[in-house]
Amino acid sequence: MTTRARVSPPAALARRGRLEVEGLAKTYRGKRRTFEAVRDLTFTVEAGELACVVGPSGAGKTTLLRCIAGLLPPSAGAVRLGGEPVLAPPPGMAVVFQEYARSLFPWLTVAQNVELPLRQKKLPKAARHGLVERSLAAVGLADVPGAHPWQLSGGMQQRVAIARALAYEPDVLLMDEPFAAVDAQTRAELEDLTRSLWHELRMTVLFVTHDIDEAVYLGEQVLVLSASPTVVLDSVAVDLPARREQLATRALPRFAELRAEVFTLIQRAKTYHTAPPAGEARA
Amino acid sequence: MRMLAAGAVRLAYLLGLPAALIALWGAVTAGDRYLYYPPLDEIAAAFGETWFSARLADDVLPSLGRLAAGYSGAVLAGVALGVLLGSRPRLRALSEPALEFCRALPPPVLIPVLMLVAGIGDTMKITVIVTGAVWPVLLNTVQGVRSVDEILADTARCYGLTGAARLRRLVLPAASPAIVTGMRQALSIALILMVIGEMFASSSGLGFAIVQFQRGFAIPEMWSGIFLLGLVGFGLSLLFGLFESRVLGWYRGLRNARRGE
Repeated sequence: MTTRARVSPPAALARRGRLEVEGLAKTYRGKRRTFEAVRDLTFTVEAGELACVVGPSGAGKTTLLRCIAGLLPPSAGAVRLGGEPVLAPPPGMAVVFQEYARSLFPWLTVAQNVELPLRQKKLPKAARHGLVERSLAAVGLADVPGAHPWQLSGGMQQRVAIARALAYEPDVLLMDEPFAAVDAQTRAELEDLTRSLWHELRMTVLFVTHDIDEAVYLGEQVLVLSASPTVVLDSVAVDLPARREQLATRALPRFAELRAEVFTLIQRAKTYHTAPPAGEARA
Repeated sequence: MRMLAAGAVRLAYLLGLPAALIALWGAVTAGDRYLYYPPLDEIAAAFGETWFSARLADDVLPSLGRLAAGYSGAVLAGVALGVLLGSRPRLRALSEPALEFCRALPPPVLIPVLMLVAGIGDTMKITVIVTGAVWPVLLNTVQGVRSVDEILADTARCYGLTGAARLRRLVLPAASPAIVTGMRQALSIALILMVIGEMFASSSGLGFAIVQFQRGFAIPEMWSGIFLLGLVGFGLSLLFGLFESRVLGWYRGLRNARRGE
């Protein structure tokens, strides 16, 4: 093949994780009425970037994520991962869902949960065990491989789900409000874990959340969605230092500015389809 | 010491009622001799003589063999069909009325028909067990397969579990609590149908032996057969309990964990 000779390995690697969403729309058609959940979404997450998606509740965030993951066929538009159209869940993509208790296999142990996708990938046993061990260690769960998920706390269960995603060695990691159901302490810990893992592994991460602070704290880019039918309202580049720290980063004046910017966008997002054009805002 | 006492209490609970029932039987049958309710020592003597003899190979083992064959057939057919119907809504809608009708038929009524079709041999007797015991397995499997958690199914899809791997690693384990419930119901039905099948045009088996004793007025022997059936049922139920705790240990833990929340 001629193309193979031209593309050097690092370039190929960089291209693999590039996530493009183009003109994505999703309309649910029922018997009696249709519901336009997503109208027109276009954005790109560069390979190795950590992008957050925020939007008011009911903004079709989950629909968007399911379309990107290849779990839901879009009504129009396309999703491409590394240039390849996503028509079914692609092998280079891992997903962490909000409902950790429902996304772990309760009949398997922690280690077996992490190992299952690797078996599916037909990796040899030694490679599987190495990956399981390393990813559990990476999320701080090296000491509970034999436990069942339901024996662990919520935060620990979500760590297992993250370890499973890491072991899969994805080009893109999708996270659907992953920390919405854990307590505030755990949430902060898991946010830092996500940041540091991303730093280390440099995969593309698309993090969906409804929490503005979380989006600004985690992301390099924050995509703000409108209320349903969803469009991309704006994209905010987060120019905070790469190493983030719960107290110091959140205390930066720049953090407050970005937070305010996203907050204002979200307020506009809520009434995007009903309010008069900007500039003629109601008092 | 305390553990010993607790053990004694548990033993008393376990054996209390059986002991009382045995004593009652003894008291009722001790004085006068009822022909049809012989004293227990006679039944016990008959039990040893009757079943620890050639009958073990001639009647007990064939019965257990048919039970095993019929029950495994029912479980296999029930799970296979149940997975199929559970994952295909149209097929399910199409077959539901027919299945409801078939389920409502009392299985023994099929014996005369099956005798015409399959003769009076083991095939008939095994078929009777299958046709009666398949329903609880089938219906519970359908239910279990339908109720696989959506998020779990999405997760499995994301990680490439499709086809046979999906069936083996997601659908069957997720449906296993329902399947095991159906299997437990099927076990007692299978035992009943084993006996009934052997009462018709048979030449061996526990059901056949009990009817033969009754017709020959061998009353203690007849009773010993009934006790043996009870013991077989009890033993199978114990075995099933072991199987269940092995297969569904995770499920019990999960339920307890959810209750604790």
